[in-house]
Amino acid sequence: MTELKSTALKDIHLAAGAKMVPFAGYEMPIQYSGLTDEHLAVRNGVGMFDVSHMGEFILRGSKAIDLIQKISSNDAEKLEKGKIQYSCMPNGRGGIVDDLLIYQVEDDAYMLVVNASNIQKDWQWIESHNSFGVQMQDISDRTSLLAVQGPKAAEALLGLTDMELAEMKYYTFQKGTFAGIENVLVSATGYTGSGGFEIYFENQHAEKIWNAIMEAGMPFGIKPAGLGARDTLRLEKGFCLYGNDITDETSPIEAGLSWITKFTKDFVDHKYLKKQKENGVSRKLVAFKMIDRGIPRQHYPLFNEEDEQTGEVTSGTSSPSLKLGIGMGYVKTADAKIGNSIFVEVRGKKVKAEIVKLPFV
Amino acid sequence: MKIPAELKYTKDHEWVSVDGDIATVGITDFAQGELGDVVYVEIETEGDELDEGEVFGTVEAVKTVSDLFMPVSGEVVEVNEKIESEPEVVNDDPYGEGWMIKVKLSDAGQLDSLLDASAYESEVG
Repeated sequence: MTELKSTALKDIHLAAGAKMVPFAGYEMPIQYSGLTDEHLAVRNGVGMFDVSHMGEFILRGSKAIDLIQKISSNDAEKLEKGKIQYSCMPNGRGGIVDDLLIYQVEDDAYMLVVNASNIQKDWQWIESHNSFGVQMQDISDRTSLLAVQGPKAAEALLGLTDMELAEMKYYTFQKGTFAGIENVLVSATGYTGSGGFEIYFENQHAEKIWNAIMEAGMPFGIKPAGLGARDTLRLEKGFCLYGNDITDETSPIEAGLSWITKFTKDFVDHKYLKKQKENGVSRKLVAFKMIDRGIPRQHYPLFNEEDEQTGEVTSGTSSPSLKLGIGMGYVKTADAKIGNSIFVEVRGKKVKAEIVKLPFV
Repeated sequence: MKIPAELKYTKDHEWVSVDGDIATVGITDFAQGELGDVVYVEIETEGDELDEGEVFGTVEAVKTVSDLFMPVSGEVVEVNEKIESEPEVVNDDPYGEGWMIKVKLSDAGQLDSLLDASAYESEVG
């Protein structure tokens, strides 16, 4: 087994009482004060996550846009400097290599933010399509990333920068001085659905920036939050998690990601996915909430109203906001209607749930 | 992490306290910390005669689920009603208000094979 990597903030996490777990090759904080407490801090106030394990690639050159258009499903021509796009990389076999954010950082340069567990796979995949002579650089190991999330995030960070955070539009970013450090990238993005920012900078500044944010956030009740709360927050909003809800075996059309699959351009799997979109798919990712008591977990079987197995759970949890079980999973298209009853097999018992529209909260 | 000296323990992270032929059973401070926030405890074995090692219930936490095992053989004579309405007491007070069941012992000799506090401490240490 390869040795676990740490982020630049390991000592800070331990001092804050974090419980650390291995995740995607990194030793990461899964919780500090408690998952529910951290979850509610983000929903109602502000919380901070160290997500430095995420991968960052810089693609530079006049043909960088052509490489990105080839490998990604969304239309990156819509980007301009300072804007961000959510996209995914189809894998040439109808599945997904990874989902990612694409930042246009210069006229001819882009930053791709990818999942930690896929850094190597994504790099090799993108490189294998780089017949355009695009200069590629992996800055993952020297880049720290903090997600400051929640309705009070802008107010909490206001005093740390001249950047106009409160006016920053969703899926845009700026570079500037933050907590006295130059060249910090602040983007109005996140994986919680509660608003806030993601802040990218070089590792050597990690402790200083973390401490400055904790101090500035103190009047707003800021709490450090772990990967546990990050997962329950994203699931309440129905955001897909790579490895659970989207994988090398699921297509973006099945996953409900048609909105980031644009047939205005040529790209990997373009024809296959267009056909899927036109002819329909045999299974779909749906969201459901428990009607009877039970908590869905990954891989629990799903049954339709006729008691036939129709799929399985890809993500499930007890929702800290709703205090009931919620989940997502693939079911046969005929069973995928909003309002349908669906049954989750929990330890041998079939427990009733209802297919609902996203988000849950 | 609290490990009260007067209790007996199992490797499955349960604690046992004995009064006459009745054993009170719960999960340890270590166990509740590993589970995280408990959402509910499902125990549907009240009145059942169960052997040591059999499952008497399940704890559902936000992120994980775990079975509960009988530390000793006997009849489940009482289930803590409080953990039905306030499952968070399992996290807040695992050795007190968060107790789970009372068992009428069928073989008091089994108590001798449980761990004492120092043996349990080295188990989780």
